[in-house]
Amino acid sequence: MRKRIELFDIAVYLIVSVICMVMLYPLLNVAAVSISSHTAYMQNPMRIWPSDITFDAYKDILSHPVLARSYLNTIMITISGVAIGIFLYIITAYPLSKVHLKGRAIMINLVIFTMLFNGGLIPNFYLIRSLGMVDTLAALVFPTLFSAFSLILMINFMQNIPEELEEAAKIDGASEPYILFKIVVPLSMPIIATLTLFAAVGYWNSFFSAIIYIRSVENWPLMLFLREVIEGAKMLQISAGGNNAEIGNMNVMPETLKYATIMIVILPILSVYPFLQRYFVKGIMLGSVKG
Amino acid sequence: MNNGKASSVWLYMRKNKWLYLLLIPGFLYLFIFKYVPMFGIIIAFQDFNLIKGITGSDWIGFENFRYLFQSDDFFMILRNSLVISFYQVLFGFPAPILLAILLNEIRSLLFKKFAQTVLYLPHFISWVVIAGIVINMLSPSSGWVNRLIVDFGGEPIHFLLKPEYFRTILISAEIWKELGWGTIIYLAALTTIDPSFYEAATIDGANRLQKIWYISLPSIASTIIIILILRVGSILDIGFEQIFLLYNPATYKVADVFETYTYRVGLLEGRLAFTAAVGLFKSVVGLIMIVLANRIARLFGKSLW
Repeated sequence: MRKRIELFDIAVYLIVSVICMVMLYPLLNVAAVSISSHTAYMQNPMRIWPSDITFDAYKDILSHPVLARSYLNTIMITISGVAIGIFLYIITAYPLSKVHLKGRAIMINLVIFTMLFNGGLIPNFYLIRSLGMVDTLAALVFPTLFSAFSLILMINFMQNIPEELEEAAKIDGASEPYILFKIVVPLSMPIIATLTLFAAVGYWNSFFSAIIYIRSVENWPLMLFLREVIEGAKMLQISAGGNNAEIGNMNVMPETLKYATIMIVILPILSVYPFLQRYFVKGIMLGSVKG
Repeated sequence: MNNGKASSVWLYMRKNKWLYLLLIPGFLYLFIFKYVPMFGIIIAFQDFNLIKGITGSDWIGFENFRYLFQSDDFFMILRNSLVISFYQVLFGFPAPILLAILLNEIRSLLFKKFAQTVLYLPHFISWVVIAGIVINMLSPSSGWVNRLIVDFGGEPIHFLLKPEYFRTILISAEIWKELGWGTIIYLAALTTIDPSFYEAATIDGANRLQKIWYISLPSIASTIIIILILRVGSILDIGFEQIFLLYNPATYKVADVFETYTYRVGLLEGRLAFTAAVGLFKSVVGLIMIVLANRIARLFGKSLW
C-alpha cells in the first residue's frame, strides 16, 4: 500500500516534469543559440547551454533601423490600447453591474450578441478603410479594443462587490463617478490587473490586424518586423545554398540573428509574466463566478 | 396615464443619469466596430467594388452564394476546417483535463506553483514567435529535427512542404501553446471538491487512481461537458495566425481554412464580395452552432449567457 502510493507520486512528478521541460526547451534553445556563435550552433543545434558566447547577433539586430521604429510602434499601440480599453471596460461594466438598472438585460444581450455573430473580415476591412484608418496605428488599436468576454468578466466581478460600501458613500452625498473611481475601481484591482495583462499581451503579440491593415514599413509593429526577419533569414539561407564562402561575407548567421530577434521581442513579456501570474489566475476565477 | 408612465421613466433616467451617461462611449464603440460591420455583410449580395462603395454597387442577390456552393474551393476549406477542428478536439481537448488531474495530485505546493508558472507561459508567446521556432526547428538544412534524422542515417525531410505532416505540426504547436492555460478552468473545478470525500474514500481503502476515477473525474464532469459542448459550437473557428504563419502553397490543399481563404482571396486577390459571402456563411453557421451548443449546455445546468 505504502509503496504503491510512492510509485504513484513518482509517476506524477515525472510526467509533470517532462511536460514542463517540453514547454521550456524551445525557449531555452532560442536563448542559448542567440548568444552562441554560428559555428557552435551548427555543431549542436539542440543546445540549451550557450557556447563560444558572442553578442554579435544582438548588436546586428539592435542596429537595424526598422527594429527601433517597430518597437516604438508596438509600445505606443500597447499603451494606448490598454489605457483606452481598460477605461472603457470600467465605465461600461459599472452601470451594467447594477442589477436594478432599467434596460440592463437588453444591453447585456447586445454585448453578448457581438460574441456570437460578427460581420467577418471583409466588412471589417471596409469599415476601417471608410474611417480612413488603413495604414495607421489606429487600425492596430481600435478593432481589438474591447471584447465582450472581458467586459462580462468585469461585470461579474463588480456585481460581487458589497452594495453597502456604495450605499454609505451615497448617503454622504457622493456622486456616481466619485463612487466608481474612489470605491469600486480600487476594489476591482484584481480583475483590472487581469484584463490589463490580457490586453497588453494581446497588443504586444498582435499580428493579424497588422497584416491586414498596415502597408508601410514605418507603421510596422514588432511582430511584422520579426516575421520579416524570420522569412528574410529563411530566404538568405536558401539562396546561400549551403555555400560557406557566400555566407562567410555576413557577420552573423541567420539562425542566431533570428533567435536574437525573438529574444528581444519576448523579453518584456518574460520579465513581467512571473509577477503578474498570481493576478490573472485569481482574476479569472473571481470574474467567472456568476453573481 | 401614458404620460404619467413616460414621466416616471424620465424621472428614473434623471435619477440615474450618470449610470446611463457612462454607458455611452462603450456602446458607441460596440455600434461602430461590431454592429456596423454586421450590416456591412450586405456586400455579400452585391457586385461590390471599393470605388463604388456599398451605396453605389449593384445588387446581384444570391449570385455570390450560387458561385460559392458550386466552387471546389468552398468544399476544400469546409473539409479542412472540419478535419482540423476534429483533430483539435480529439487531441487538444483531453490533454488539459489529464494535466489538471495530475497537477491536482501534486502535494508539494512549491513544485506545483513552479509547474504552473512554466505551463502557463507558452500561452503568452505570440504565434509569430512559435511559428518562427517551428520553421527553424524543422528546417531541412539546419534544424535539429533533421539533424537527428541524418544522424540516424535518414534523409532530411522538408516537413513544412509536405501536406501529410501539416496537421500534426499545427496541432502539436497548438497543444504546446494552450495545454497549460487550458488546465486553469479544470483546476478551479477541482478545488471546489469537498476534501471529506477523499478522506472517506481513504478510510474505505481506495487507492489514488480509484480516487481520481470515482471522485475527481465525476466532480468535474459537468465542467468537462460544458467546455466540450462550447468547443464543438465553435467548430468552424480555427484561427488565422497559426495557419497563415505555417502554411504555404505546397500545403494549401490541407491547410486552407475560412479565415486564411477570406484573407488571401478577398484582400490579396480583391474578390471582396465573394469572400464576404464566404464570411457570412461561416458567421451564420457559427451563430447556429453556438446557440445550439448553449441550449444543450443549459440542459446540464450551465450556460454561456
